[in-house]
Amino acid sequence: MTTTFVDPFDALFNLQRALDAHLASEWLRDSTTSRGPFPPINVFQQGDNILAIIELPGIDKAKLQIEAKENTIRISGTKAVDYEDGASVHRRERDFGQFDRTISIPVKLDPDGIKAEYREGVLALFLPRAESDKPRSIKIK
Amino acid sequence: MASKQELQVQQKRELEKKEETTVPARVFLPTADIYETPDALKVVLEMPGVDKSNVNVRVENGVLTVEGQLDFSKYRDLQPLYTEYNIGHYSRSFRLTAKIDQSKIGAEMKDGVLSLVLPKADEARPRTIQVS
Repeated sequence: MTTTFVDPFDALFNLQRALDAHLASEWLRDSTTSRGPFPPINVFQQGDNILAIIELPGIDKAKLQIEAKENTIRISGTKAVDYEDGASVHRRERDFGQFDRTISIPVKLDPDGIKAEYREGVLALFLPRAESDKPRSIKIK
Repeated sequence: MASKQELQVQQKRELEKKEETTVPARVFLPTADIYETPDALKVVLEMPGVDKSNVNVRVENGVLTVEGQLDFSKYRDLQPLYTEYNIGHYSRSFRLTAKIDQSKIGAEMKDGVLSLVLPKADEARPRTIQVS
């Protein structure tokens, strides 16, 4: 008998374990050719398509560039942290500076269908798989 | 130039709990900046993925506690292929030293960044003294 967890906290725990299991998996291998590993990226499969979720809190949308070419996505921009004039800083943990990262997705994408959404400090990139790249089921005669 | 420096990924630090919780899910520490102006203490916390309706800020016995609940229902039906970070709820507490006017604490959430303004109580404000 399998135990089903209906508690959302268990759902979160299972999700955290699933994410841990794919930490630095082979999937993108060396293809995160970039200048520096910021921002951190999680890649998911959603049906036939790919969804990349990137944590980028406190970014000015105008200073964020996303370029797509074939199956390569480039994310670049500047993250700024402002303090008021005359403030004395007690703790400084938030990072700021420039970032530039390119990822190559190992499946063919439909570049016109790529959508980006920035909400609550999280950038989501919807990367639809090219129609020609989708697997086809073959009927056995 | 500070602005030219390349950004590095900060590993998320896990909350070291004083008491254990009954659920096994991990909770993370939001990265924080704290600075002081003549009028107020300002605390800025990064909690990507947290909606402003799911943020809880309170001051009890001189301890400021910030909690952010992550809406992870968006992750349903998603199958991880490659991951570099983990997600979870956020929680962090600070013991306040300066005298804070607790009734006037202001909070604003934008793009996953929570900015708290903790105004100093009148007696804690710097005063210039006129020499006559």
